[in-house]
Amino acid sequence: MPSVTMTVNGQQVTRDVEGRTLLTDFLRQDLALTGTHVGCDTSQCGACVVHVDGKSVKACTMLAVQAEGAEVTTIEGLAQNGELHPMQAAFKEHHGLQCGFCTPGMVMSAVDLVNTKGEASETEIRDWLEGNICRCTGYHNIVKAIQAGAKAMRS
Amino acid sequence: MYEFNYHRPASLDAAASALSGAGEGKIVAGGMTLIPTLKQRLAQPSDLIDLSAIADLKGISEDGGSIVIGAMTTHAEVADNATVKAKIPALADLAEGIGDIQVRNRGTIGGSIANADPAADYPGGLVGLGATVRTNKREIAADDFFTGMFETALAEDEIVTAVAFPVPDKAAYAKFANPASRYAIVGVLVSQGAGGVRVAVTGAGPSVFRVTEMEQALASNFSAAAIEGIAVPADGLNSDIHASAEYRAHLVGVMARRAVAAAG
Repeated sequence: MPSVTMTVNGQQVTRDVEGRTLLTDFLRQDLALTGTHVGCDTSQCGACVVHVDGKSVKACTMLAVQAEGAEVTTIEGLAQNGELHPMQAAFKEHHGLQCGFCTPGMVMSAVDLVNTKGEASETEIRDWLEGNICRCTGYHNIVKAIQAGAKAMRS
Repeated sequence: MYEFNYHRPASLDAAASALSGAGEGKIVAGGMTLIPTLKQRLAQPSDLIDLSAIADLKGISEDGGSIVIGAMTTHAEVADNATVKAKIPALADLAEGIGDIQVRNRGTIGGSIANADPAADYPGGLVGLGATVRTNKREIAADDFFTGMFETALAEDEIVTAVAFPVPDKAAYAKFANPASRYAIVGVLVSQGAGGVRVAVTGAGPSVFRVTEMEQALASNFSAAAIEGIAVPADGLNSDIHASAEYRAHLVGVMARRAVAAAG
């Protein structure tokens, strides 16, 4: 069985995994980080979005072994010292969720957007969310939350 | 997913020998098509050879009058690259329009063209710009690379290393995208450069194809009006729940005119 070493939320982890183990299963089952959700499991819904070396990816469409040597950040890695990340706080403040299932992926995509583009227009935000599906909100408050979260991250 | 032996070679030579030594080896680049395929158990390779540790396959450089893009360069890197944006903005636009940001952060140009999905964007880009595919064995003109639906000229043990795009005088890509997947229902790349005018169509047929009648008309008059009356026959085009062959044939004309107008 191949061994994989990666840094997850700042902590280095090494595990033996089957080559076919998905990154989602590795995070959720081996590391018990269940904040990364599995929605469609077909690369479409984005509930499983995590950052790999700073870029948002769908963890359901990546093997754990492909993250060898990588820095992985999950939704659990955003809050620092018990304080919500500014993007998480903005989702709470602007009620950017209803059932909350898509929220981890939405937040991780949104943080990548701000890190990649800095300032983004409403159109750019909506375009960036192409790969994140929410079946409750109609996206309106999600977009408002991301606008506010982006502002808070820059200040 | 069925079990497989996983390899992550650090050099192209090691990848080639892992591939030839495997019972039924399969290369994984970004995995954006292969991993979903494996998850559905539609493929059962004995060995998976991951190219991501081979540094030589990544990156974008200028080589004479061409832009050379390493096979493992992601769509997001092509879309954001300053050289590509300055020299072949049509190619940056094409890459920016693929899937969603998560797909663009993982998916690669080499993986896309080796897979040769009939609705993928890059086949239109390569043929429309008259690119050359570089492999570990030889160079293949884009016109000869795509041979059919999910079929290419690549030999069993051949690995794409880079794609060289000649810088055109002008070019543009126009796509009628599937609104869910952003795959091309029809995508047309039109270019004019040292090799003349090229009009390449992806998404419409089983594989990318050129429309020579449009190329000839544009060679003497590069304007949308010049190709106004040129119809592409629906015979042999793809027909599915998204669009009939007749509709795709119609869209080829519309997208070609949009691309010409955008190229200026």
